[in-house]
Amino acid sequence: MIRRRQFVNALVLAISCLAAFGGLFVLIWILADVVVKGAGAINWSFFSQLPAPPGMPGGGLANAIVGTFLMTVTAAAIAVPFGIMAGVYLAEFGDNFMGKTARFLSDILVSAPSIVVGVFVYLVMVRTMGHFSGWAGAVSLAIIMLPVVSRTTEEMLKMVGPEMRESALALGAPYWRMMAGVVSRAAGPGIATGVMLAVARVAGETAPLLFTALNSPYWMHSMNEPMANLTVVLFNYAMSPYDDWHTLAWGAALLITMAVLIVNIITRLMLGRKRRR
Amino acid sequence: MVVVLWQQSQPSIHAFGWSFLTSRQWNPVTGQFGALIPVVGTLISTIIALFFAIPISIGIALFLAELAPPWLRGPFGTAIELLAAIPSIVYGMWGLFVLSPIMANYVQPWLKSWLGFIPLFAGPGMGIGMLTAGLVLTLMIIPFISSVIRDVFLMVPQPLKESAYGLGCTTWEVVRDVMIPYGRKGIAGAVFLGMGRALGETMAVTFVIGNSYHLSWSLFAPGNSIASTLANEFTEADGKLYTSSLIELGLVLFLITFITLGLAQLWLRSKES
Repeated sequence: MIRRRQFVNALVLAISCLAAFGGLFVLIWILADVVVKGAGAINWSFFSQLPAPPGMPGGGLANAIVGTFLMTVTAAAIAVPFGIMAGVYLAEFGDNFMGKTARFLSDILVSAPSIVVGVFVYLVMVRTMGHFSGWAGAVSLAIIMLPVVSRTTEEMLKMVGPEMRESALALGAPYWRMMAGVVSRAAGPGIATGVMLAVARVAGETAPLLFTALNSPYWMHSMNEPMANLTVVLFNYAMSPYDDWHTLAWGAALLITMAVLIVNIITRLMLGRKRRR
Repeated sequence: MVVVLWQQSQPSIHAFGWSFLTSRQWNPVTGQFGALIPVVGTLISTIIALFFAIPISIGIALFLAELAPPWLRGPFGTAIELLAAIPSIVYGMWGLFVLSPIMANYVQPWLKSWLGFIPLFAGPGMGIGMLTAGLVLTLMIIPFISSVIRDVFLMVPQPLKESAYGLGCTTWEVVRDVMIPYGRKGIAGAVFLGMGRALGETMAVTFVIGNSYHLSWSLFAPGNSIASTLANEFTEADGKLYTSSLIELGLVLFLITFITLGLAQLWLRSKES
């Protein structure tokens, strides 16, 4: 009896270790594939040239890199102020029915299917404006970022203890000075981390861009026209039958993955150091 | 959002009514649209993903919460969480170029030779199809589920665990009889969270599911999911009815995930309080 129990125990523990190392193995496997296959595509023209037609040698993804960058920055510019304000509201005055509902909904929106966001923005912006545009892409990314930013802000604000708030109030500071001068300083680094992680997440989003920003083989002249971006280009190229394009797609995958992972690791290190202090 | 989607899908709601959900027709040429195949595809790929992901995630969470030496926990947990940060399109591409040849050349013939008499594993294995889509989804949702379950395990009060150990329980018995019952709601919440992810995942699935409108018993056969239908056809849709049918698909997907994630939140919440 005891032997059987010990055997079952050992078996389960072995499976558990196997699962954990399996997960690590897959992570390394995927990263290795992306690096090995993508490295061949990375060269000077990858960053500096426009995409070439299939069959022609060379060509790069310069416009897509710029497009992704522009749209992500614009999305952050839209989502961060609103997100932080919403987070402040939820943390400070959100202890009522409205706050609870908002919190519940934003928790759901965090993992809502991003392609539905794309459909929504298509209906609201693309159809009313009559054409695909970089703005529409940026707005759909912003919608995805918004709940992430507001939830992190809220959590970081709640971590600031009552001592600090009360001492500021006791010195005669009005509520808004207490928020702007004291609490926001304490919560600042945490909020910045949350924003970075949100940016990293939307930089790799594809689904909402498929029918908002669309794609374009040319340089964009303004945000008001269809705009190339790395992820949609990656999708189109990987689905295409041309080998050159596959290589470029792996290059794009390498670029996105590295950018996202580096941001993640840096922010984690920053958070870790802060916690230890 | 729901209002806009509802409004814009009126033409197809009027044209097809409830039969939209039960019809297996999807034919832009004749203007017949039914959501059965994408809906079934979404559900099947999600079920496959959960089937593999739940045990693996519990294993990983157990390792991280109980077994691993403390110096290993931090880096290991981070590595698993980094898996969640890789953009989904990279998973899809990897699934198409790396995983599906392996499936076609090794895994599927092997499954077929042993289990081919079950209709689930019949038919030619082409690499892409339901099973591969489910596996890619598995990889994608494991990080989410396992990190939530780990947190749930870590919330189990120490005295509870120690008294079970004191009675002479083995680690597995403590997990099975103390930790899992204690965190049952949290674990259910974690699973639903992963399910919500899997249901709405677009890019990874679009690459490997095969995009075909045939209903088949075989898991090797290509199929379609709601999200990948949208991704493939939305920009090409012409005509009011076609577009509004696609929008209605989006509405269906949104409602399914909304309910799933709502349940997840309710369960995770009630655990916290």
